[in-house]
This record gives sequence, C-alpha cells and structure tokens, in this order.
Amino acid sequence: MLKTFPKGGIHPPENKITSGKEIKRMPVPKVVYVPIAQHIGIPSEIIVDRKDKVLKGQVIAKTSGFVSSNIHSPVAGTVTKLDMMIDSSGYKKQCIVIRTDQKDESNFEEKEYPLIREISLSQKDILQHVIDSGIVGLGGATFPSHVKLDLKNDNHVDCLLINGVECEPYLTADHRLMMEKADEIIVGIQILMHALHIKKAVIGIENNKKDAIKVLKEASKGDTGIQVAALQVKYPQGSEKQLIKAILKREVPKGGLPMDVGVIVHNVGTIFAIYQAVQYNEPLTERVVTVTGKKIENASNFWVKIGTPIKDLVEQVGGLPDGTRKIVNGGPMMGKAIKNTDVPVTKGTSGILVIDQNEASRGEPKNCIRCGECVFVCPMGLEPHLLMNLSEKGLYERASNEDIMTCIECGSCSYVCPSHRPLLDYIRFGKNIVKKLQTAKN
Amino acid sequence: MTDSVLYSVLLLASLGVVAAVVLYIVSKKFYVYENPLIGEVDEVLPGANCAGCGSPGCKSFAEKLVNTEDISELFCPVGGNEVMKQVASILGKEVAEKAPTVAVVLCQGGCDVRPKTTEYQGPRSCAISSLVYGGETDCQYGCLGDGDCVAVCDFDAMYMDEETGLPVIDSDKCTSCGACVKACPRDIIEMRPKNKRDLKIFVGCLNEDKGGIAKKACDVACIGCSKCEDVCPKDAITMNNNLAYIDAELCTLCRKCVPVCPTHSIIETNFPPPKVKKVVEKKPIAKKPVAKKVLEKKVEEKKEVVKKEVEKVAVVKENVVATKVEPENPKTDA
Repeated sequence: MLKTFPKGGIHPPENKITSGKEIKRMPVPKVVYVPIAQHIGIPSEIIVDRKDKVLKGQVIAKTSGFVSSNIHSPVAGTVTKLDMMIDSSGYKKQCIVIRTDQKDESNFEEKEYPLIREISLSQKDILQHVIDSGIVGLGGATFPSHVKLDLKNDNHVDCLLINGVECEPYLTADHRLMMEKADEIIVGIQILMHALHIKKAVIGIENNKKDAIKVLKEASKGDTGIQVAALQVKYPQGSEKQLIKAILKREVPKGGLPMDVGVIVHNVGTIFAIYQAVQYNEPLTERVVTVTGKKIENASNFWVKIGTPIKDLVEQVGGLPDGTRKIVNGGPMMGKAIKNTDVPVTKGTSGILVIDQNEASRGEPKNCIRCGECVFVCPMGLEPHLLMNLSEKGLYERASNEDIMTCIECGSCSYVCPSHRPLLDYIRFGKNIVKKLQTAKN
Repeated sequence: MTDSVLYSVLLLASLGVVAAVVLYIVSKKFYVYENPLIGEVDEVLPGANCAGCGSPGCKSFAEKLVNTEDISELFCPVGGNEVMKQVASILGKEVAEKAPTVAVVLCQGGCDVRPKTTEYQGPRSCAISSLVYGGETDCQYGCLGDGDCVAVCDFDAMYMDEETGLPVIDSDKCTSCGACVKACPRDIIEMRPKNKRDLKIFVGCLNEDKGGIAKKACDVACIGCSKCEDVCPKDAITMNNNLAYIDAELCTLCRKCVPVCPTHSIIETNFPPPKVKKVVEKKPIAKKPVAKKVLEKKVEEKKEVVKKEVEKVAVVKENVVATKVEPENPKTDA
C-alpha cells in the first residue's frame, strides 16, 4: 500500500495530456510585463525608470522587507512604461513594461549549463544567493524561499521534503522538470541539506509519474540521505500539510508551520531555481509552464520568461480553439480564471489551462441535502457546509471557532457537492472577513 | 357536591395567594434599577435598530445617550435633528445639529454604456466577486451590480434598476443609516448633504485610470480632463488620480461644471427645468452644420424642380400644345 494522507481527498480525472512532451523553449517575447507583486508578502520596490536600458538578469525591483523578493529583468531591453496592468489577481497592478532589444544577443542565447556537483559556498553565501536571485516557491504559493532557509537556532529541523507531487490535474510542469533535470535537482537538494545541516531528504512523487520516480531514484543512488517516496494518487497531496502527513506521519499544528514539526518543504521547481542561483548565480527569470487543454492542438510544456503575456503562449500552441470559455492560470482545482490574455506569466504560474463550454459551466446551486460528501472529502477535517452557512449568514465569530482559517482552499468540497453549492466561494469570503477581524483585534 | 366546589376554590385561591407572596418577595429582592430616562429616550428613538448610530440597536443607543455626559458626538441619522432635539429636552443635555445627508451612488456605468468583457459564474454577491476579480467590465472601480447594498437596506430605499443593473436610491426613503456604504466592497456609495429640495451635484464616477482607458471601459467615465476644475468658481473640485471630486461643503450648486463635462459624468439631481433651456440653447449650436446641409439640400431640390419645370415649359413650347399648366406656373414664379 502506497503512502498517502489519511483524511479526505479526491481523485479527479488526471488529464495529464502533456506528460510526454519535452520542455520547449518559448521564443523571446517582444514585450514583457513584469508585475512587482509576484510573491506573498510586500510588493517589491521599483528601482528603474522609464527609458532605462536594462540587462538580462538585472534587478529591476528590489526586495522591500524580510518577506519580499527581488525581481530581475527577464530580457535585455528598454523600460517603456511603468504601467498598471491586469494580472492574475483580476485587478490592475503595477507592472514594469520592458521592450526586448532585438539586437542584443544575450536575449537569444540558449543556456545549457553543464552540471556542477561540488558545493563550494558556505551556508551564509547560499542564503545570500537565494535572496539575491529572487527565488520564491514555484509550486504556486510563491512564498519567498529565503524565509524558509533563514532558520533561527531554536528550530530543530531534521527533514527536508521535496514536493514533486503535482496533484493538480492537467499540469505536468514539475513532472517534466524532474524527468529532464533530475541530476540538477539532486544537487539542488544537496545544496539545501548543506545549508540547513539536514541529513535526510525525501522526494515525494505521486505514483502516476512512475518514470520520474525511476529517474530520480537512479539520480539519487550515490546519496544515502536522499530517498524517493512513491505516493498514492490523491488530491490535494501537493499541499504542504498533507504531504508531511503522508510521508512523515507528522501533523502540523493548527495555525503552525512545517518548521514546528521539524520539516521544511520545497517544490522541485524551486529546488532547480536554487541550484541555478547557487551554482551559476542565475536569477529567477524563467520557469516551466504547462500550456494545455483538451482541444489545444500542440499542448506542451515551455520554458517561459517571467512577464510573457499569456496570448503569446496561446499562440505558441496553435491559438485558442473554437468554443473556448475560460482560461485558467494554474490547474483546474486551485487555478484562477483570468480576465484577458494580456495577463502576464508570473513566478507562480505553473500552467495555463484552456477550458471549453462543457467543462467551464458551473451547475445551478441547489439546497444542501446533508449528504455529508464535503465533510468526507475535506483533507483538513472541517465541515465545509457549516462554514459556508456561517459565512453566508455573517456569523464570523462562530466560523472562526469552527476553524475556518485552517481551510487550505483546495476546493474538494465544491468539486464533490451534488447540489453544486459554491462552498469554497463562501468559505474564502468568510476567511477574508475573519482575517480582517483578527488583525483588527490585535 | 358543594363541598368539592368549595374545596377546589379555596385551594386555588390559597395557591394564588402563596404565588403572589413569592413573586412579591422575589421582585423586591432581585430588583434591578434601570434609569427611567432610558425607557423615555427609547420611546423617542425611531426603533429601526439599523445600527447607523454605531450602537447595535436603539435600546443600547438610548442607554449610551443617558449614560454619556457629553452627547454632542452621538447622533441618530435616521431620526435626524428632530429626534435629537427631543432627546436633548428629555435629558437636559446639549446635542449637535447636523445637516441631513443622503446616500448617492457614484457610478453611472449601466449595461448600455459599460460593455461586459467577461462573464462571472460564481455566487451573486458583490463581496465575493470582488475578492475574485475586478468585475465583468473593464472598469475595476465601478458597480459590480450584484446588489449587496440593496440587500442590507432596512428602509426599502434602494432597488436594482433592471435596465442599467445599477442600484437606485430613493432620497425620500433614505435615512442615511450608512448600511449600504459599509456593504459596498468598492466604496461606490457616499453620504452627501441633502441640500434644500434635495439638490445635489456630484461626480458619478470613481475610475482612476487614465482618460483613454477609462473612456474605453465606460462611456460616462470621468477621464480626468480637469475642465470642471478650471470652471469651478469656488475651487470645490479637486483632481486626484485622474478623477474629479466635488467637495460638497465648498460647492454652491452653481452648476457651471455640469455642461463642461465631455463625458457627462457629473450628475445633478432635482434641479428645476431652467437647465433644460440651457440644453435647448446648446443643441442648435451642435446642429447648425446639420441644418446648413439640410438647407443646401432643400435649395438644390428647389433648383432641380425649377430646372425640370423649365424643361417641361420648353417641351410644351416646342410642341405648341395648349395644355393647362397654369396651376404649376405660379409655383415656379414664387
């Protein structure tokens, strides 16, 4: 029996159409729109001005606090505007618009670095490299990675977990990265183990990626500290708390962090970015994005520059098919529909999913029939139907007592509800209000 | 037979007496003193429990009024100055007089002028959809149209206009309790002074985008041209982030700003008809070129008619037929 988390979870159709497609390199876009709020925390501070020439990898927005991150120019070119653009949040946010310099060769060079296994930097230098390179969690939460590396002495971290689960249907970005950059990922893990003084690391991969499990097992043969754990296919296993429970059987306390149970979790994409930052001083300016959909002609995985408008990606796979209803930034479960195709790719964009009429329509909400499905599938052991009711009626204090804040917003409840009730919409709304009330209290 | 009747009456009477004694003792022993003024003040208050004053209900507001020494900062927006005067006479304290206010909707972007660019499928609530994205149109500042404000109005003073999809406020019913202001996630509803005869002038837009973008998203958006700012004699209009705002305290309701606004985003309400005359005066100016064209056309048509008739006359002359074309001749002469 394969490992998995014990409570709840669902298994939606996998639809991993692009799992066999190699990661192609996207042509360099003519214009990039780089938002300054690409991570959780304080938005970065712009340090360039209009008409400035910028180099590839140059810092264009500086970190403005501990939980913040640097942003680098993905291309060499000229800053044409500091403008407000709609980003994946659905609102206009500050963006740096850079026109690519067509003559600059550095824009078009293919960088394939040879593997470097030796780790020559000290712990402090590694941390500094991660901060300078603007690395954030590439799994989707975009939490600045250096915060997880900068440990205080009273934390006893004994295990590093590498998240290669990719439990979202459709997405294959991490899968392909593990297949193609296995050695680099192993070195990246070793860098982190060295930096954190941890002796044990476990890579968690769901069992629908047998080839990746095999490749990583092969790559990690020389290192006894690194294990590969095959996990049962179940959503939302890629959530930090569920992954820790599945592999180590430890439970993160309510309102706590993985560090409280001696664990640090990083996504495989982040590990690769850390490898590049530490070994080659290469800032985070591109990432793997899966562009997929049932009717997309050439659905595939791409290395995409941060700031590339999504319409460029859609063009790359043969344009929008007829009857397209929705374009989702991320996977079908946790992703967010975008407003138009001018929205740029950010550090947190793991996939672009094009959905047609049949899949996009939401059922008409009906009354709750008390079947208990939502309670059964909730991985956090909550009662979604109750939480929805409470936040609909404005009983936020009771919702807070019913642990609404521990909801991880995986959407399993809305997925299984036979009455099509918008459970997650209301819970998210309730969480928002409860959070405001709590900050007002403190 | 008579005995049993007598016994039961006696028993019940004695039970009644015992209960009365117990109740009397309890009511004396556990008596809670309440200031009789609270009850009196509560009588005067509107009793709507709308929480517009900041207290959860009218009773607790009455308690607050009685227990606070300086009540000049407390105000019942629903009752207004009249109720507060009565409260003052009951309590013998001084109350501040406030100019009555009324809620106004700072968005005119109805379905006809603000085209929808996306479609939203989630629950129909402004608070929820505003968490997800900037709205179905390209204007992320305007009304979402899901009616959270209407749902919270206790006084039946609001309704959603089905044609425009915007909330409409009935000024006569609005008590300015402020519930809709709190419910709106976009801060579109503002409290403005209810002047004489409910005359109001305000900018009906909150779009902070640059002119071109704002205009593209909505035909009646404020484009930040600052024409109104230039024309205002009292400096009541300020421009901030490409958006004009009229300070109600400085505004003298002179209406000079209204006709200069190129997008008609300045709203005036309840003004008497003279305004219509102004519009009529303006219309001919705009229509003059049209009128000229029409005149020219008419002249051309006349010329053609004359030509045709001259030709006809010529034909007639050539044939030398004495047909009666007299009735037409005077017309051509004229």
